[in-house]
Amino acid sequence: MMRFVLGFVLIVFGATARAEIEIQEVTSPGGFNAWLVEDHSIPFVALELRFKGGASLDLPGKRGATNLMVGLLEEGTGDMDARDFAAAREAIAASLRFDSGDDTVSVSAKFLTETRSEAMALLRAALIEPRFDEVAIERVRQQVLSGILSDSKDPDEIVGDTFYAKVFGDHPYGSSSSGTVDSVTALTRDDLLAAHRGALAKDRVYVSAAGDITAEELAALMDALLSDLPEEGLPLPADVEVQTEAGVTVVPFDTPQSVALFGHRGMKRDDPDFFVAYVMNQILGGGGFEARLMDEVREKRGLTYGVYSYLVPKDHAELYLGRVASANDRIAEAIEVIRAEWAKMAAEGVTQQELDEAKTYMTGAYPLRFDGNGPIARILVGMQMDDLTPEYVTTRNAQIEAVTLEDVKRVAGELLRPEALHFVVVGRPEGLEVPVQ
Amino acid sequence: MRKLTALFAFVFGANAALAATDGAPVTTFSLDNGMDVVVIEDHRAPVVVHMVWYKAGSADEPRGASGVAHFLEHLLFKGTRTLEPGEFSATVAANGGTDNAFTSYDQTAYHQRIAADRLDLMMKMESDRMLNIQLGPEEILTERDVIIEERNQRTESDPGALFREQQRAALYMNHPYGTPVIGWRHEMEQLDLDDALGYYRKYYAPNNAILIVAGDVTPSEVEALAKQYYEPLAPNPDLGERVRASEPRHMAERRMVFTDPRVAQPYVMRSYLAPERDPGAQEKAAALSILAEVLGGGQTSVFTQKLQFEAQTAVYASAFYDGTTLDDGTFSLVIVPAPGVTLEEAEAAMDATVAEFMETGVDPEQLERIKFQMKASQIYAQDDVGRLARRYGDALTSGLTIEDVQEWPEVLQAVTAEDVMNAAREVFDRKKSVTGYLKASQEVTQ
Repeated sequence: MMRFVLGFVLIVFGATARAEIEIQEVTSPGGFNAWLVEDHSIPFVALELRFKGGASLDLPGKRGATNLMVGLLEEGTGDMDARDFAAAREAIAASLRFDSGDDTVSVSAKFLTETRSEAMALLRAALIEPRFDEVAIERVRQQVLSGILSDSKDPDEIVGDTFYAKVFGDHPYGSSSSGTVDSVTALTRDDLLAAHRGALAKDRVYVSAAGDITAEELAALMDALLSDLPEEGLPLPADVEVQTEAGVTVVPFDTPQSVALFGHRGMKRDDPDFFVAYVMNQILGGGGFEARLMDEVREKRGLTYGVYSYLVPKDHAELYLGRVASANDRIAEAIEVIRAEWAKMAAEGVTQQELDEAKTYMTGAYPLRFDGNGPIARILVGMQMDDLTPEYVTTRNAQIEAVTLEDVKRVAGELLRPEALHFVVVGRPEGLEVPVQ
Repeated sequence: MRKLTALFAFVFGANAALAATDGAPVTTFSLDNGMDVVVIEDHRAPVVVHMVWYKAGSADEPRGASGVAHFLEHLLFKGTRTLEPGEFSATVAANGGTDNAFTSYDQTAYHQRIAADRLDLMMKMESDRMLNIQLGPEEILTERDVIIEERNQRTESDPGALFREQQRAALYMNHPYGTPVIGWRHEMEQLDLDDALGYYRKYYAPNNAILIVAGDVTPSEVEALAKQYYEPLAPNPDLGERVRASEPRHMAERRMVFTDPRVAQPYVMRSYLAPERDPGAQEKAAALSILAEVLGGGQTSVFTQKLQFEAQTAVYASAFYDGTTLDDGTFSLVIVPAPGVTLEEAEAAMDATVAEFMETGVDPEQLERIKFQMKASQIYAQDDVGRLARRYGDALTSGLTIEDVQEWPEVLQAVTAEDVMNAAREVFDRKKSVTGYLKASQEVTQ
């Protein structure tokens, strides 16, 4: 039945562990591709679908359409209303999750082997035949509006919205994918139908599966699930250049702890220096207590519970961001320390010991990620979205090992730009000399 | 459901017990110093989760030193006689692992996730800090600032968190569950080295700890390492029973209004005191777990159907039960009103829905679906041994036994519609409840 199956046994080597993983590339008769890791030890399957584009496909004036559309996929399909659908899904104990982000609509499904066909029939109905009943639209619209209202008074949300609005302006990245009260209130059923046709299409779908399913079964499943999608969706938005200036934007908000989001331009995922930047960030502000920001801001000074930095390679723009929260009378000091660390690493790079430690952590941790059907399916679909090949799992650690002290110094000098490092602060920060927005 | 019991028959030691809860092979044994050990095998990936759980949480703190259990948890990363401050986590990271810890009302746990062949090193370091931490006055002060920032982030920045903290304090009139795990701010500010060490010396001992190892290991490997690292540790003979101040008779319904200008979405939440899972007697708790699902557990639940789909008085409504606790737990109802609906109207609609449910009873088809989902969740749970490990740790530090954990799925399946209604009649006693309104201003809402 299947046109094509390509299998590799790939061994993920780490400093301390190796994971053996067989990734099969499956092509269905209908022309859909998937990556599969077969494992029959637990009688269920984790299936991941991704549609490129996501909320950035919202048409002008229709902000929030993709988000609301995705929220309605389970709220009535074919001959089932929302309640029938929910009862049917609960009766087979399948889990179907639909989500949308700036660049992606994602579908995560988990279903028992014994009820696979029923689960796939439901998922197909949700993807292909959502009804968008007026009564369901109103109900979910109210939930979205309630969320927008909550976000409007949540410092963590305000800080993100402000930063992104500053950097991206009118580009879809410049506003929340939930939309505004006005835009969501104005959305019509036709807008949702258009968003559905534009976002879920054959030309942008990525598939992975892990668990109790064979390549043949997966191929048949994909054809049944996806063949009735439209061929083409909406065009993707334009790329944007990120430009920021050093400084602070304060959004006054009565709360005892200020939240800061900071950053500037980042690096593309397919940049040849991406791994260098990735290792460098691990040392500057990656998750652990060993990172410089955590050490200086939390461990040495007790200024925060957590401070992190992270690369954000979006599909149409690249950011390098960080986050910290400190009491209103201590945030100024936290910001000063972060700025100093940013400048220090830009000028001096890192030490050999830091580099060695970051590498052992990153290479050692990698094989540990492949520990279950759910995590494996998510990793595989993510790799496809990043245009990687299955062999990547075997070469990824070598790319990290290859990063040299000189590489880090060079990339730190280019990537870390104190002259562009902008902070958005939400709260009542004391001692920050800045114009109030 | 597929049973895997026969495939994994490991038994060793007189006190070893084996069962296949959730399909994963589980082995248990005890060390001579009283430390209990649980091994959960999953050989699909070369990963191990190593956890040490202490039967001590915030509810075991001395009065006036709230937050000390959690403060101490932070301080355990600050070095021992042989480990420099920060060296523990740095060593875990240098070996490709991650580590963390958490504190709750009844337990404190430390855990690492790492390559299976590094289990030896984890046990070496974790056993060291069970009895040998070494702290200086400087570290104490800096870390106290960190936990105050943590309180700022988790609680002070979130009016909903402040509201729930106040509500819980009103619900528990005498029991320490009314005190927040992170601590009251004014008491956190006064915590010192003596507070931390006093708690440490009293509760951190092998006979008050449970070792849980989950992943790509065999019970015999774990036993050999546990004997090497944990068995030599001296038990604390003065540990005593875990007895906390208990609740007096609740004679009056309590009501509260919490206002904060940062509230964007007002809601009503009512919490009732509810019986917890007891060793050998989990039936009532099982019925309450199912009751929470029937009322609020998803799209076909009573609350969602009546309040969101039919009357449209709510944008969200649900029910929660927390019964894996040493002492009385909570059963809570929440309703987030739709636009134009006041909190008073929302509460009335919620009460009317409960009253109607008490008349009509449980829909047998819904009960069937809930039970099937609970069965399926046992299969899905096998995909994540870390979660299974937490389930054991949580129960074993909340007064339950291995047998209780393993029987729980069957106890749930045995619950009848009548059991659910009996549990509902017992738990919905307004005298044992606090009804809270969370809103933005003093005016009548909306």
